[in-house]
Amino acid sequence: MPIAERRLIFKNIDQPGYTIDIDCYLRHDGYKDLKKALTMKGPDIVAEVKTSGLRGRGGAGFSTGMKWGFIDPTKNTKPVYLICNADESEPGTFKDKQIIYKDPHQLLEGMAIACYANNVHLAYIYIRGEFTLGAKILEKAIQEAKAKNFLGKNIAGTGYDLEIYIHRGAGAYICGEETGLIESLEGKRAYPRIKPPYFPAVLGLYMCPTIVNNVETLCNIKHIVAMGGAAYAKIGKPNNTGTRLLCVSGDVEKPGYYEFEVGALTIGELINDVCGGIKGGRKLKALIPGGSSAKVLKAGERFKIKSKKADGTMEEKEIGLMDIPLDFDTLAAAGSMAGSGGVIVMDETRDMVECLANIATFYAHESCGQCTPCREGSLWMKKITTRLSEGKGQPDDVGLLKSVADNIAGRTICAFGEACAWPVQSFVAKFKDEFEGQARTAKPPAAPKLESV
Amino acid sequence: MSTQRVVDPSTQTVSPAKVYPGAVDPHHAAAVLPPNFEAQVDEVITHYPVSKRSASLPLLHLWQETFGYVSPEGIEWIAAKLGLQPINILELVTFYPMFRQHPAGKIQIRVCRTLSCALGGAYELCAHFHERCNTAEPDAHGLAISPDGKYSVEFVECLASCGTAPVIMINDDFYEDVSKQRANELLLKYK
Repeated sequence: MPIAERRLIFKNIDQPGYTIDIDCYLRHDGYKDLKKALTMKGPDIVAEVKTSGLRGRGGAGFSTGMKWGFIDPTKNTKPVYLICNADESEPGTFKDKQIIYKDPHQLLEGMAIACYANNVHLAYIYIRGEFTLGAKILEKAIQEAKAKNFLGKNIAGTGYDLEIYIHRGAGAYICGEETGLIESLEGKRAYPRIKPPYFPAVLGLYMCPTIVNNVETLCNIKHIVAMGGAAYAKIGKPNNTGTRLLCVSGDVEKPGYYEFEVGALTIGELINDVCGGIKGGRKLKALIPGGSSAKVLKAGERFKIKSKKADGTMEEKEIGLMDIPLDFDTLAAAGSMAGSGGVIVMDETRDMVECLANIATFYAHESCGQCTPCREGSLWMKKITTRLSEGKGQPDDVGLLKSVADNIAGRTICAFGEACAWPVQSFVAKFKDEFEGQARTAKPPAAPKLESV
Repeated sequence: MSTQRVVDPSTQTVSPAKVYPGAVDPHHAAAVLPPNFEAQVDEVITHYPVSKRSASLPLLHLWQETFGYVSPEGIEWIAAKLGLQPINILELVTFYPMFRQHPAGKIQIRVCRTLSCALGGAYELCAHFHERCNTAEPDAHGLAISPDGKYSVEFVECLASCGTAPVIMINDDFYEDVSKQRANELLLKYK
């Protein structure tokens, strides 16, 4: 019996007759939660979000309530800005696109509530440049919402003003990193900022306190206001609350986007029951659970997972890959991460060296070039994995590859360093035979090493 | 530098001879701005009440949508409009992959090459497009243009439609689950 989806954010998406215009949204109780929020006090909404236990859906899984809480309304004298991170560009992830293209007002409502709660009067949606149509859809939705006075001056007669503008990126993955995004929005190259301060809540856009939240996170805000933080916290599991949009791609029969309570189903149930199994009746070889930056998991792998029991004591269980529940904490305990919810599945016919070369090429292209270990290292990882996959590897390539990856992670300004090193480290560690086989079977380089430099 | 501003307000053109040092633009003569261009630019700038510089990316998009690529004149014009140095705009054009310094094909085909699409056959599909469009050798950025300038084909990184791989963009339009046969049909559509 397959586990039923719990559609909160995707409730109306793809339903027959559901359209993107505001009239349809209003017929489905749209902007009701904004009206409710406007009767509450901002700090009370922030408290509800804290109670809900909501964790950011962009990749890091950081507590949204805590992120908001960094802005102290009693001490802060500067304007506060909010930016919706709609730069969705983590390979394997396509959930935010569904919201933007099919239910734009849900995002605007969630955003308006978040802005009101944090006393924000100017907000931006940073949308990736390739979503040309998405930007137009949001633009139109903003105009509709303004015409109905859900945005703009004196919203619903409460005296609260809010302007939301669309800002299009231009094809750079690094803009998903929140401080890079802010630099980009300031009209500069998207070089992530040096930390500390760790959070834009301290110094963000135009050196003012800034909140950056993912599209899915902001949609959740609407539902938290609707049902209350405590009720929301009952969905999912403790510390892993709410629902999660999962995007499945690669070698499964039914790839697509799904919404489940966090941790309600295991990797095995997702692949076999929800997605109809591996394509063509083949066997699973490997899986990336949270976007291409997440560490790869190997079929047949077993993990020792520590978890808290109901009585507060810790217990350790050994479970197989297929029994891992898809929640933040268990995936982290298994050495990977829930990340952005993008699950990429590879079947037994896939060459892991080729797959890693593909991922390494992505990161080499997208490194912003600011920090030397990442700029140089990502290119070397691309070069080495590519020559391995082409049968032109050198005998010590596997060790070299690992050493390059090990010297990037932790030595860069932003988490891109980890994002490009983790796939390499995990692929090489878990599929060592394949990589070493490639290096061994390769012919020695035609020219002496010195000349090839 | 500010004395070297070369935008002529009466004609809204920039003299190609006077653009920033080292810039050579062999593609066309001075750009003539469409009548509503500056009004659109001014409207976009109002979106950024705190800092005009924030309008750099939107203005580059607008310029590229109008002229097909960002010429040295465009860089100069945008910089002057926002009170910046041309280098502040040029460094964006060279950083953000979507901006071009040279014209691409009239019909621009972008094929996603990242993992899920690669698993779904993106490499074969891209090779198919190259063959059907008769493209020349790709340039340093991987952009290959057909000799008649009609088509350009290039790989791009993840387009966020991984569940329906392989995906492509033709100009601003998204297409999912693109087989070779579908590719042929699409090429007919964009004649």
